[in-house]
Amino acid sequence: MADVVQQTGEKQIAPPQTKVIWRTFWILAAVTALEFVIAFTMNSGIFKVAIFVGLTIVKATYIVGEFMHLKHEVKSLIWTVLIPTIFVVWLLLALMLEGGNIGLE
Amino acid sequence: MATHAIAEPKHLWLGGVEPMKASYGKLMMWIFLLSDTFTFSALLVSYGLIRYSHQSYVGKSADFVFSHAYWPIPEKVFEAVPFLHGVSLPLVFVGIMTFILIFSSVTMVLAVEAGHRMDRADVEKWMLWTILGGFTFLGSQAWEWGHFIHGTDTGTAVKELVNGQLVTRTINGANLIENQYGPQPFADLFFFITGFHGTHVFSGVIINIVIFFNTATGLYDRRGHYEMVEKVGLYWHFVDLVWVFVFTFFYLV
Repeated sequence: MADVVQQTGEKQIAPPQTKVIWRTFWILAAVTALEFVIAFTMNSGIFKVAIFVGLTIVKATYIVGEFMHLKHEVKSLIWTVLIPTIFVVWLLLALMLEGGNIGLE
Repeated sequence: MATHAIAEPKHLWLGGVEPMKASYGKLMMWIFLLSDTFTFSALLVSYGLIRYSHQSYVGKSADFVFSHAYWPIPEKVFEAVPFLHGVSLPLVFVGIMTFILIFSSVTMVLAVEAGHRMDRADVEKWMLWTILGGFTFLGSQAWEWGHFIHGTDTGTAVKELVNGQLVTRTINGANLIENQYGPQPFADLFFFITGFHGTHVFSGVIINIVIFFNTATGLYDRRGHYEMVEKVGLYWHFVDLVWVFVFTFFYLV
């Protein structure tokens, strides 16, 4: 981090900057709470599953983007991580549908 | 090192000291986490395939009973909370576990942030909170496993063909051979997925303790940077991230 206060001789500690961290925490907490509400109020079905998967991706974006700092890395690193993950998600969805077809017989 | 990378942005791919503007250790941590993603995905993909190749429960949630004929509704399986025996609190305990892990992720970022400021006391404080969160999660999971293995008070009666005779037998709890909650793969996948995740949490706690020790002895102060805290932070957040997916696919869907 280039913008961090440089230490020169005397120990000088910059004040903490945690605003973004706590905002991310509250977003994650709110989304989890929302998932609970949906789990008990909605009838199960493909629509409910879609909502859960969507909310999970929202949470994952905040954890990877802010906590793991990926949002602030260079583009080539972002894509290096993201592209294989997209294929994995595709495989997950594809085999869930495939599993449904096995069950039908 | 950093100025070199900034001066020649076109050569990001050429490697050198910091390819993609990330240090060797951080880049390798990312690549490791990506490979670990594949391992976890293999488990979750298997879960998705097996889950939907079984019958789903049709009917009212209130009339639900455990049976080998269909996949159980998770909120009917995971409804116990420590010290509240017999009280039905669906998904409450696993929700608490989720919050514990998210919170320990926050204390980890706070430790990384303190490391950027070279604030040793703050790093120590937040690392300790993170370690505490990790242990609390592991303890909760141990209880969850214990409850899952021992089962409900009444158990589930199943009819089996033994030597040509139809015999009724009561199953209590679940293991890798039998399962009172539903089809056998449900228990197997529960043990494999949450167990594999729990192993990651456990090794994460051990690594966090090592980092705390190194911080407390002033190693990173002498080294001049707290990048190790950042790298371990990446691993710890990944563990939290995996739990977010396990929580959705195993407990909600």
